[in-house]
Amino acid sequence: MIHKFSMNSMFIVMDINSGAIHTVDEMTYKLLEHAHSRADLDNTRMFLETYGGEYPEADILSAIEELKEAAGGGALFAPDIYEGYTGGKNGGIVKALCLHIAHDCNLRCKYCFAGKGAYNGERGLMSADVGRAAIDFLIERSKGRRQLEVDFFGGEPTVNFDTVKEIVSYARRREVEYEKNIRFTLTTNGVALDDSLMDYVNRHMRNVVLSADGRKSVNDRMRTTLGGGGSYDAIMPKFQKLADSRGQENYYIRGTYTRENLDFAEDVKHLADMGFRQISMEPVVAEKGADYALREEDLTELFRQYEILAEEMLKREQEGRGFNFFHFTVDLDGGPCVIKRLTGCGAGMEYLAVTPEGDLYPCHQFVGQRHFIMGNVFDGISDNGARIRKAFSACSVYAKPGCKSCWARYYCGGGCAAAAYFQSGDILSPYSLACELMRKRIECAVYINAVKVLTT
Amino acid sequence: MKHIHTIKPASFAKILQRAGCGECQTSCQSACKTSCTVGNQICENSRINKPVVNTRA
Repeated sequence: MIHKFSMNSMFIVMDINSGAIHTVDEMTYKLLEHAHSRADLDNTRMFLETYGGEYPEADILSAIEELKEAAGGGALFAPDIYEGYTGGKNGGIVKALCLHIAHDCNLRCKYCFAGKGAYNGERGLMSADVGRAAIDFLIERSKGRRQLEVDFFGGEPTVNFDTVKEIVSYARRREVEYEKNIRFTLTTNGVALDDSLMDYVNRHMRNVVLSADGRKSVNDRMRTTLGGGGSYDAIMPKFQKLADSRGQENYYIRGTYTRENLDFAEDVKHLADMGFRQISMEPVVAEKGADYALREEDLTELFRQYEILAEEMLKREQEGRGFNFFHFTVDLDGGPCVIKRLTGCGAGMEYLAVTPEGDLYPCHQFVGQRHFIMGNVFDGISDNGARIRKAFSACSVYAKPGCKSCWARYYCGGGCAAAAYFQSGDILSPYSLACELMRKRIECAVYINAVKVLTT
Repeated sequence: MKHIHTIKPASFAKILQRAGCGECQTSCQSACKTSCTVGNQICENSRINKPVVNTRA
Protein backbone atom coordinates (compact mmCIF):
# COMPACT_ATOMS: atom_id res chain seq x y z
CA MET A 1 0.00 0.00 0.00
CA ILE A 2 1.17 3.49 -0.77
CA HIS A 3 -0.21 6.87 0.23
CA LYS A 4 0.62 9.92 -1.80
CA PHE A 5 -0.19 13.55 -1.25
CA SER A 6 1.06 16.91 -2.35
CA MET A 7 1.60 19.96 -0.23
CA ASN A 8 3.02 23.30 -1.33
CA SER A 9 4.11 21.83 -4.70
CA MET A 10 5.94 18.95 -3.07
CA PHE A 11 4.87 15.45 -4.13
CA ILE A 12 5.26 12.87 -1.39
CA VAL A 13 4.85 9.10 -1.54
CA MET A 14 4.70 7.03 1.61
CA ASP A 15 5.18 3.28 1.39
CA ILE A 16 3.02 2.21 4.28
CA ASN A 17 4.27 -1.29 5.02
CA SER A 18 7.98 -0.55 4.78
CA GLY A 19 7.90 2.91 6.35
CA ALA A 20 9.83 4.35 3.39
CA ILE A 21 9.06 7.90 2.32
CA HIS A 22 9.92 9.45 -1.03
CA THR A 23 9.49 12.73 -2.80
CA VAL A 24 8.87 12.42 -6.53
CA ASP A 25 8.43 14.73 -9.49
CA GLU A 26 4.93 15.56 -10.69
CA MET A 27 5.06 13.13 -13.60
CA THR A 28 6.02 10.19 -11.37
CA TYR A 29 3.30 11.24 -8.94
CA LYS A 30 0.77 10.99 -11.76
CA LEU A 31 2.10 7.61 -12.92
CA LEU A 32 1.47 6.29 -9.43
CA GLU A 33 -2.23 7.16 -9.84
CA HIS A 34 -2.34 4.03 -11.98
CA ALA A 35 -0.12 1.79 -9.91
CA HIS A 36 -1.64 -0.07 -7.00
CA SER A 37 0.88 -2.91 -6.81
CA ARG A 38 4.37 -3.85 -7.94
CA ALA A 39 2.84 -5.79 -10.87
CA ASP A 40 1.10 -2.67 -12.19
CA LEU A 41 4.54 -1.16 -12.90
CA ASP A 42 5.02 -3.77 -15.66
CA ASN A 43 2.14 -2.30 -17.63
CA THR A 44 4.41 0.04 -19.56
CA ARG A 45 2.00 0.34 -22.47
CA MET A 46 -0.76 1.68 -20.24
CA PHE A 47 1.53 4.36 -18.80
CA LEU A 48 2.70 5.43 -22.27
CA GLU A 49 -0.85 5.53 -23.64
CA THR A 50 -2.07 7.58 -20.69
CA TYR A 51 0.79 10.05 -20.35
CA GLY A 52 2.64 9.83 -23.70
CA GLY A 53 1.01 13.02 -24.92
CA GLU A 54 1.96 14.89 -21.78
CA TYR A 55 5.52 13.77 -21.08
CA PRO A 56 8.46 12.49 -23.18
CA GLU A 57 8.45 8.71 -23.53
CA ALA A 58 12.03 8.43 -22.29
CA ASP A 59 11.11 10.25 -19.06
CA ILE A 60 8.14 7.98 -18.45
CA LEU A 61 10.24 4.88 -19.00
CA SER A 62 13.04 6.05 -16.72
CA ALA A 63 10.56 6.93 -13.98
CA ILE A 64 9.00 3.47 -14.24
CA GLU A 65 12.46 1.92 -13.93
CA GLU A 66 13.12 3.96 -10.80
CA LEU A 67 9.80 2.92 -9.32
CA LYS A 68 10.63 -0.72 -10.05
CA GLU A 69 14.01 -0.26 -8.42
CA ALA A 70 12.39 1.17 -5.29
CA ALA A 71 9.88 -1.67 -5.24
CA GLY A 72 12.66 -4.22 -5.74
CA GLY A 73 14.47 -2.72 -2.77
CA GLY A 74 11.42 -3.13 -0.55
CA ALA A 75 10.64 0.59 -0.41
CA LEU A 76 7.52 0.64 -2.58
CA PHE A 77 4.50 -1.67 -2.52
CA ALA A 78 6.11 -3.67 0.27
CA PRO A 79 3.90 -6.47 1.60
CA ASP A 80 2.12 -6.26 4.95
CA ILE A 81 3.93 -8.76 7.16
CA TYR A 82 2.84 -7.51 10.56
CA GLU A 83 -0.55 -9.03 11.25
CA GLY A 84 0.94 -11.71 13.47
CA TYR A 85 2.54 -9.07 15.67
CA THR A 86 -0.62 -7.87 17.30
CA GLY A 87 -1.33 -7.18 20.94
CA GLY A 88 -2.75 -9.28 23.71
CA LYS A 89 0.48 -10.97 24.67
CA ASN A 90 2.00 -8.69 27.26
CA GLY A 91 1.34 -11.02 30.17
CA GLY A 92 -0.91 -8.69 32.10
CA ILE A 93 1.77 -6.06 32.57
CA VAL A 94 0.77 -2.58 33.74
CA LYS A 95 3.47 0.06 33.37
CA ALA A 96 1.68 3.39 33.49
CA LEU A 97 -0.94 4.87 35.78
CA CYS A 98 -2.90 8.07 35.54
CA LEU A 99 -3.67 9.04 39.13
CA HIS A 100 -6.76 11.18 39.57
CA ILE A 101 -5.36 13.05 42.54
CA ALA A 102 -8.42 15.29 42.74
CA HIS A 103 -11.87 15.03 41.33
CA ASP A 104 -12.16 18.71 41.93
CA CYS A 105 -10.84 21.75 40.18
CA ASN A 106 -10.17 25.43 40.76
CA LEU A 107 -11.28 26.32 37.24
CA ARG A 108 -14.59 25.70 35.48
CA CYS A 109 -13.58 25.11 31.88
CA LYS A 110 -16.66 24.84 29.73
CA TYR A 111 -15.44 21.95 27.58
CA CYS A 112 -14.02 19.83 30.41
CA PHE A 113 -14.49 16.12 29.67
CA ALA A 114 -14.03 15.56 33.38
CA GLY A 115 -17.35 17.23 34.12
CA LYS A 116 -15.67 20.27 35.73
CA GLY A 117 -13.40 17.87 37.57
CA ALA A 118 -15.92 15.52 39.11
CA TYR A 119 -16.23 13.00 36.24
CA ASN A 120 -19.98 12.78 36.65
CA GLY A 121 -19.57 11.66 40.24
CA GLU A 122 -18.86 13.10 43.63
CA ARG A 123 -16.04 15.55 44.07
CA GLY A 124 -13.22 13.92 45.98
CA LEU A 125 -9.53 13.91 46.77
CA MET A 126 -7.23 10.91 46.59
CA SER A 127 -5.78 9.89 49.95
CA ALA A 128 -2.12 9.04 50.39
CA ASP A 129 -3.19 5.49 51.26
CA VAL A 130 -4.83 5.06 47.87
CA GLY A 131 -1.82 6.65 46.18
CA ARG A 132 0.62 4.35 47.92
CA ALA A 133 -1.51 1.33 47.06
CA ALA A 134 -1.50 2.49 43.44
CA ILE A 135 2.32 2.57 43.47
CA ASP A 136 2.43 -0.91 44.98
CA PHE A 137 -0.06 -2.14 42.36
CA LEU A 138 2.04 -0.61 39.57
CA ILE A 139 5.32 -2.06 40.78
CA GLU A 140 3.82 -5.50 41.24
CA ARG A 141 2.02 -5.52 37.89
CA SER A 142 4.96 -4.07 35.96
CA LYS A 143 6.82 -7.37 36.42
CA GLY A 144 10.06 -7.15 34.38
CA ARG A 145 9.46 -3.67 32.99
CA ARG A 146 11.81 -1.05 34.37
CA GLN A 147 10.57 2.23 32.92
CA LEU A 148 7.28 3.11 34.62
CA GLU A 149 5.11 6.20 34.38
CA VAL A 150 2.82 7.96 36.80
CA ASP A 151 0.78 10.97 35.75
CA PHE A 152 -0.74 13.22 38.39
CA PHE A 153 -4.02 14.23 36.85
CA GLY A 154 -7.44 15.45 37.82
CA GLY A 155 -9.52 17.52 37.99
CA GLU A 156 -6.63 19.61 39.14
CA PRO A 157 -3.94 17.72 41.06
CA THR A 158 -2.47 20.81 42.72
CA VAL A 159 -5.57 21.19 44.89
CA ASN A 160 -4.36 18.03 46.63
CA PHE A 161 -0.63 18.48 46.29
CA ASP A 162 0.39 17.19 49.72
CA THR A 163 -0.83 13.80 48.56
CA VAL A 164 1.23 14.12 45.37
CA LYS A 165 4.31 14.72 47.51
CA GLU A 166 3.57 11.76 49.72
CA ILE A 167 3.10 9.51 46.71
CA VAL A 168 6.33 10.70 45.09
CA SER A 169 8.26 10.19 48.30
CA TYR A 170 6.85 6.68 48.71
CA ALA A 171 7.44 5.81 45.06
CA ARG A 172 11.05 6.97 45.22
CA ARG A 173 11.71 4.52 48.04
CA ARG A 174 9.93 1.67 46.31
CA GLU A 175 11.59 2.18 42.92
CA VAL A 176 15.03 1.78 44.47
CA GLU A 177 13.92 -1.34 46.28
CA TYR A 178 12.51 -2.89 43.07
CA GLU A 179 15.03 -1.41 40.58
CA LYS A 180 12.40 0.57 38.71
CA ASN A 181 12.60 4.02 37.19
CA ILE A 182 9.34 5.90 37.71
CA ARG A 183 8.81 8.96 35.54
CA PHE A 184 6.32 11.44 36.92
CA THR A 185 4.20 13.86 34.97
CA LEU A 186 2.06 16.64 36.40
CA THR A 187 -0.84 17.98 34.39
CA THR A 188 -1.93 21.35 35.75
CA ASN A 189 -4.01 24.39 34.95
CA GLY A 190 -1.43 26.58 36.66
CA VAL A 191 -3.74 28.41 39.06
CA ALA A 192 -1.91 27.19 42.16
CA LEU A 193 1.62 27.34 40.76
CA ASP A 194 4.00 29.33 42.94
CA ASP A 195 7.78 29.34 43.35
CA SER A 196 7.75 26.58 45.91
CA LEU A 197 5.56 24.32 43.79
CA MET A 198 7.62 25.05 40.68
CA ASP A 199 10.78 24.12 42.53
CA TYR A 200 9.23 20.84 43.62
CA VAL A 201 7.96 20.13 40.11
CA ASN A 202 11.37 20.77 38.59
CA ARG A 203 13.03 18.42 41.03
CA HIS A 204 10.57 15.55 40.71
CA MET A 205 8.49 15.73 37.52
CA ARG A 206 10.13 14.50 34.36
CA ASN A 207 7.34 16.06 32.33
CA VAL A 208 4.80 18.78 32.97
CA VAL A 209 1.67 19.42 30.93
CA LEU A 210 0.47 23.00 31.24
CA SER A 211 -3.10 23.64 30.15
CA ALA A 212 -3.76 26.85 28.23
CA ASP A 213 -5.58 27.48 24.98
CA GLY A 214 -3.60 30.28 23.35
CA ARG A 215 -4.84 33.80 22.75
CA LYS A 216 -6.32 35.52 25.80
CA SER A 217 -9.74 35.88 24.23
CA VAL A 218 -9.82 32.20 23.25
CA ASN A 219 -8.44 30.96 26.56
CA ASP A 220 -10.76 33.07 28.67
CA ARG A 221 -13.88 32.09 26.75
CA MET A 222 -13.48 28.47 27.81
CA ARG A 223 -11.08 28.38 30.72
CA THR A 224 -12.93 30.34 33.37
CA THR A 225 -12.43 30.80 37.08
CA LEU A 226 -14.97 29.80 39.72
CA GLY A 227 -16.29 33.35 39.54
CA GLY A 228 -16.68 33.20 35.76
CA GLY A 229 -13.71 35.38 34.85
CA GLY A 230 -10.86 34.50 32.52
CA SER A 231 -7.77 32.63 33.72
CA TYR A 232 -5.20 33.82 31.16
CA ASP A 233 -3.67 36.69 33.11
CA ALA A 234 -3.25 34.59 36.24
CA ILE A 235 -1.65 31.54 34.64
CA MET A 236 0.38 32.68 31.68
CA PRO A 237 3.25 34.42 33.52
CA LYS A 238 3.59 31.37 35.75
CA PHE A 239 3.69 29.01 32.78
CA GLN A 240 6.34 31.16 31.12
CA LYS A 241 8.43 31.11 34.27
CA LEU A 242 8.08 27.36 34.70
CA ALA A 243 8.91 26.61 31.05
CA ASP A 244 12.00 28.80 31.23
CA SER A 245 13.06 27.25 34.51
CA ARG A 246 13.02 23.85 32.79
CA GLY A 247 15.21 25.12 29.98
CA GLN A 248 12.24 24.99 27.60
CA GLU A 249 12.37 21.19 27.67
CA ASN A 250 10.47 18.32 29.24
CA TYR A 251 7.11 20.03 29.27
CA TYR A 252 4.22 20.76 26.95
CA ILE A 253 1.91 23.69 26.97
CA ARG A 254 -1.26 22.01 25.85
CA GLY A 255 -4.33 23.68 24.50
CA THR A 256 -7.70 22.58 23.25
CA TYR A 257 -9.30 24.03 20.17
CA THR A 258 -13.03 24.00 19.56
CA ARG A 259 -15.50 25.13 16.93
CA GLU A 260 -15.21 28.57 18.51
CA ASN A 261 -11.58 28.96 17.43
CA LEU A 262 -11.26 27.10 14.17
CA ASP A 263 -8.32 29.39 13.41
CA PHE A 264 -6.35 27.54 16.07
CA ALA A 265 -3.03 27.99 14.23
CA GLU A 266 -3.18 31.55 15.56
CA ASP A 267 -3.33 30.16 19.08
CA VAL A 268 -0.31 27.95 18.50
CA LYS A 269 1.54 30.93 17.04
CA HIS A 270 0.53 32.99 20.06
CA LEU A 271 1.96 30.39 22.43
CA ALA A 272 5.17 30.35 20.41
CA ASP A 273 5.24 34.17 20.50
CA MET A 274 4.96 33.95 24.27
CA GLY A 275 8.21 32.00 24.30
CA PHE A 276 6.93 28.44 24.60
CA ARG A 277 8.92 25.89 22.61
CA GLN A 278 6.98 22.70 23.35
CA ILE A 279 3.39 23.07 22.23
CA SER A 280 0.43 20.76 21.81
CA MET A 281 -3.03 21.77 20.62
CA GLU A 282 -5.76 19.15 20.67
CA PRO A 283 -9.19 19.00 19.07
CA VAL A 284 -11.87 19.22 21.73
CA VAL A 285 -13.53 16.12 23.15
CA ALA A 286 -17.16 17.13 23.26
CA GLU A 287 -20.57 15.62 23.67
CA LYS A 288 -22.53 15.26 20.47
CA GLY A 289 -24.52 18.39 19.82
CA ALA A 290 -22.42 20.72 21.96
CA ASP A 291 -22.15 24.18 20.37
CA TYR A 292 -18.39 24.07 20.49
CA ALA A 293 -18.06 20.49 19.17
CA LEU A 294 -16.16 20.12 15.90
CA ARG A 295 -18.19 19.05 12.88
CA GLU A 296 -17.40 17.33 9.60
CA GLU A 297 -18.09 20.61 7.79
CA ASP A 298 -15.21 22.22 9.71
CA LEU A 299 -12.60 19.86 8.29
CA THR A 300 -11.62 21.97 5.28
CA GLU A 301 -10.75 24.89 7.52
CA LEU A 302 -9.04 22.68 10.09
CA PHE A 303 -6.87 21.11 7.38
CA ARG A 304 -5.96 24.59 6.18
CA GLN A 305 -4.98 25.56 9.70
CA TYR A 306 -2.64 22.57 10.04
CA GLU A 307 -1.00 23.53 6.74
CA ILE A 308 -0.59 27.11 7.93
CA LEU A 309 0.98 25.78 11.08
CA ALA A 310 3.38 23.53 9.18
CA GLU A 311 4.61 26.41 7.02
CA GLU A 312 4.89 28.67 10.06
CA MET A 313 7.00 26.11 11.89
CA LEU A 314 9.38 25.79 8.96
CA LYS A 315 9.61 29.56 8.63
CA ARG A 316 10.32 30.10 12.31
CA GLU A 317 12.90 27.33 12.37
CA GLN A 318 14.76 29.04 9.53
CA GLU A 319 14.61 32.26 11.50
CA GLY A 320 16.14 30.55 14.52
CA ARG A 321 13.00 30.67 16.65
CA GLY A 322 11.54 27.24 15.99
CA PHE A 323 9.22 25.31 18.25
CA ASN A 324 7.94 21.75 18.52
CA PHE A 325 4.33 20.88 17.88
CA PHE A 326 3.39 17.58 19.51
CA HIS A 327 1.43 16.15 16.58
CA PHE A 328 3.96 17.17 13.98
CA THR A 329 6.76 15.38 15.76
CA VAL A 330 7.37 12.12 13.94
CA ASP A 331 10.63 10.27 14.25
CA LEU A 332 11.27 9.12 10.70
CA ASP A 333 14.70 7.71 11.48
CA GLY A 334 13.42 5.10 13.87
CA GLY A 335 10.47 5.70 16.07
CA PRO A 336 8.53 3.07 17.89
CA CYS A 337 8.60 -0.61 17.03
CA VAL A 338 5.88 -2.25 15.01
CA ILE A 339 4.11 -3.72 18.04
CA LYS A 340 3.74 -0.23 19.47
CA ARG A 341 2.46 0.98 16.13
CA LEU A 342 -0.10 -1.82 15.99
CA THR A 343 -1.38 -1.65 19.53
CA GLY A 344 -1.52 2.08 20.12
CA CYS A 345 -1.90 3.78 23.46
CA GLY A 346 -2.10 0.72 25.69
CA ALA A 347 -5.29 1.81 27.48
CA GLY A 348 -6.96 -0.97 29.40
CA MET A 349 -3.77 -3.01 29.32
CA GLU A 350 -0.47 -1.42 30.24
CA TYR A 351 -2.03 1.96 31.00
CA LEU A 352 -4.81 2.40 33.57
CA ALA A 353 -6.42 5.28 35.42
CA VAL A 354 -7.00 5.36 39.18
CA THR A 355 -9.82 7.36 40.77
CA PRO A 356 -9.55 9.11 44.15
CA GLU A 357 -11.28 6.06 45.66
CA GLY A 358 -8.78 3.67 44.06
CA ASP A 359 -10.99 2.28 41.31
CA LEU A 360 -9.20 1.23 38.14
CA TYR A 361 -10.43 2.27 34.70
CA PRO A 362 -9.03 1.58 31.20
CA CYS A 363 -7.96 5.22 30.93
CA HIS A 364 -8.74 8.66 32.31
CA GLN A 365 -11.44 9.30 29.74
CA PHE A 366 -13.47 6.26 30.82
CA VAL A 367 -13.54 7.37 34.45
CA GLY A 368 -17.13 7.77 35.61
CA GLN A 369 -18.45 5.10 33.20
CA ARG A 370 -18.92 2.66 36.04
CA HIS A 371 -19.35 -0.44 33.90
CA PHE A 372 -15.72 0.10 32.89
CA ILE A 373 -14.40 -0.30 36.46
CA MET A 374 -11.65 -2.91 36.22
CA GLY A 375 -11.03 -3.43 39.92
CA ASN A 376 -9.19 -1.34 42.46
CA VAL A 377 -5.65 -0.73 43.65
CA PHE A 378 -6.16 -2.72 46.84
CA ASP A 379 -7.67 -5.90 45.40
CA GLY A 380 -6.24 -5.77 41.88
CA ILE A 381 -7.96 -6.54 38.60
CA SER A 382 -11.48 -7.94 39.02
CA ASP A 383 -13.22 -10.54 36.83
CA ASN A 384 -14.93 -7.66 35.03
CA GLY A 385 -11.53 -6.03 34.69
CA ALA A 386 -10.12 -9.16 33.11
CA ARG A 387 -12.95 -9.13 30.56
CA ILE A 388 -12.37 -5.46 29.80
CA ARG A 389 -8.67 -6.06 29.53
CA LYS A 390 -9.27 -8.85 27.05
CA ALA A 391 -11.41 -6.55 24.92
CA PHE A 392 -8.74 -3.83 24.92
CA SER A 393 -5.93 -6.28 24.26
CA ALA A 394 -7.69 -7.35 21.08
CA CYS A 395 -7.76 -3.73 20.02
CA SER A 396 -4.95 -3.75 17.45
CA VAL A 397 -5.24 -1.94 14.14
CA TYR A 398 -5.97 -5.28 12.49
CA ALA A 399 -9.05 -5.75 14.66
CA LYS A 400 -10.54 -2.49 13.42
CA PRO A 401 -11.96 -2.62 9.92
CA GLY A 402 -11.48 1.12 9.48
CA CYS A 403 -7.81 0.91 10.48
CA LYS A 404 -6.78 -2.21 8.64
CA SER A 405 -7.06 -0.45 5.30
CA CYS A 406 -5.98 3.01 6.50
CA TRP A 407 -2.60 4.30 5.33
CA ALA A 408 -2.04 6.10 8.64
CA ARG A 409 -2.34 3.03 10.83
CA TYR A 410 1.34 2.71 11.75
CA TYR A 411 1.60 6.38 12.73
CA CYS A 412 -1.67 6.61 14.61
CA GLY A 413 -1.88 3.23 16.29
CA GLY A 414 -5.61 2.85 15.90
CA GLY A 415 -6.92 6.03 17.46
CA CYS A 416 -8.36 6.80 20.85
CA ALA A 417 -10.50 3.98 22.28
CA ALA A 418 -12.44 6.41 24.44
CA ALA A 419 -13.27 8.67 21.49
CA ALA A 420 -14.40 5.59 19.59
CA TYR A 421 -16.57 4.39 22.45
CA PHE A 422 -18.22 7.73 23.11
CA GLN A 423 -19.01 8.28 19.45
CA SER A 424 -20.12 4.81 18.42
CA GLY A 425 -20.40 2.70 21.56
CA ASP A 426 -17.65 0.44 20.25
CA ILE A 427 -13.94 0.75 21.05
CA LEU A 428 -13.19 -0.91 17.71
CA SER A 429 -14.90 1.80 15.63
CA PRO A 430 -12.62 4.84 15.56
CA TYR A 431 -14.16 8.31 15.57
CA SER A 432 -14.06 9.31 11.91
CA LEU A 433 -13.55 13.04 12.45
CA ALA A 434 -10.56 12.34 14.68
CA CYS A 435 -9.22 10.00 11.99
CA GLU A 436 -9.44 12.76 9.38
CA LEU A 437 -7.52 15.15 11.62
CA MET A 438 -4.95 12.50 12.46
CA ARG A 439 -4.28 11.78 8.80
CA LYS A 440 -3.86 15.46 8.06
CA ARG A 441 -1.45 15.93 10.96
CA ILE A 442 0.66 12.99 9.80
CA GLU A 443 0.82 14.41 6.29
CA CYS A 444 1.98 17.74 7.69
CA ALA A 445 4.56 16.03 9.89
CA VAL A 446 5.93 14.06 6.96
CA TYR A 447 5.95 17.20 4.80
CA ILE A 448 7.94 19.12 7.41
CA ASN A 449 10.45 16.30 7.61
CA ALA A 450 10.72 16.14 3.82
CA VAL A 451 11.39 19.87 3.55
CA LYS A 452 14.06 19.64 6.22
CA VAL A 453 15.77 16.69 4.52
CA LEU A 454 15.73 18.41 1.15
CA THR A 455 17.05 21.72 2.46
CA THR A 456 19.90 20.43 4.61
CA MET B 1 17.76 8.73 -9.12
CA LYS B 2 16.24 11.42 -11.29
CA HIS B 3 12.55 11.09 -10.48
CA ILE B 4 12.52 9.73 -6.93
CA HIS B 5 14.28 11.06 -3.88
CA THR B 6 14.05 8.74 -0.89
CA ILE B 7 13.98 10.83 2.27
CA LYS B 8 13.50 7.84 4.53
CA PRO B 9 14.48 4.29 3.61
CA ALA B 10 12.40 1.23 4.43
CA SER B 11 12.74 0.56 8.14
CA PHE B 12 9.70 -1.19 9.57
CA ALA B 13 10.84 -4.72 8.79
CA LYS B 14 14.18 -3.94 10.42
CA ILE B 15 12.69 -2.53 13.60
CA LEU B 16 10.44 -5.56 13.83
CA GLN B 17 13.53 -7.44 14.95
CA ARG B 18 13.67 -5.33 18.10
CA ALA B 19 9.95 -5.22 18.59
CA GLY B 20 8.07 -5.36 21.79
CA CYS B 21 10.37 -4.70 24.75
CA GLY B 22 7.57 -2.47 26.08
CA GLU B 23 9.84 0.03 27.83
CA CYS B 24 8.68 2.99 25.74
CA GLN B 25 6.48 5.79 26.98
CA THR B 26 2.75 5.25 27.06
CA SER B 27 1.40 7.45 24.30
CA CYS B 28 -1.21 9.34 26.27
CA GLN B 29 1.13 10.19 29.12
CA SER B 30 3.18 12.66 27.13
CA ALA B 31 0.89 15.51 26.19
CA CYS B 32 -2.30 14.69 24.44
CA LYS B 33 -4.59 12.87 26.89
CA THR B 34 -7.34 12.93 24.28
CA SER B 35 -5.98 11.37 21.12
CA CYS B 36 -3.70 8.50 20.38
CA THR B 37 -0.54 9.00 18.37
CA VAL B 38 2.33 6.56 18.23
CA GLY B 39 4.46 7.85 15.37
CA ASN B 40 5.97 10.53 17.59
CA GLN B 41 7.02 8.17 20.35
CA ILE B 42 10.65 7.42 20.99
CA CYS B 43 11.96 3.86 21.13
CA GLU B 44 13.49 3.37 24.55
CA ASN B 45 15.80 0.73 23.16
CA SER B 46 17.26 3.03 20.54
CA ARG B 47 17.45 5.91 23.02
CA ILE B 48 19.60 4.17 25.56
CA ASN B 49 21.23 1.80 23.11
CA LYS B 50 20.92 -1.18 25.36
CA PRO B 51 20.76 -4.79 24.20
CA VAL B 52 17.40 -5.76 22.77
CA VAL B 53 15.19 -8.00 24.82
CA ASN B 54 11.81 -9.09 23.55
CA THR B 55 9.83 -9.78 26.68
CA ARG B 56 6.71 -10.72 24.73
CA ALA B 57 8.23 -13.71 23.04
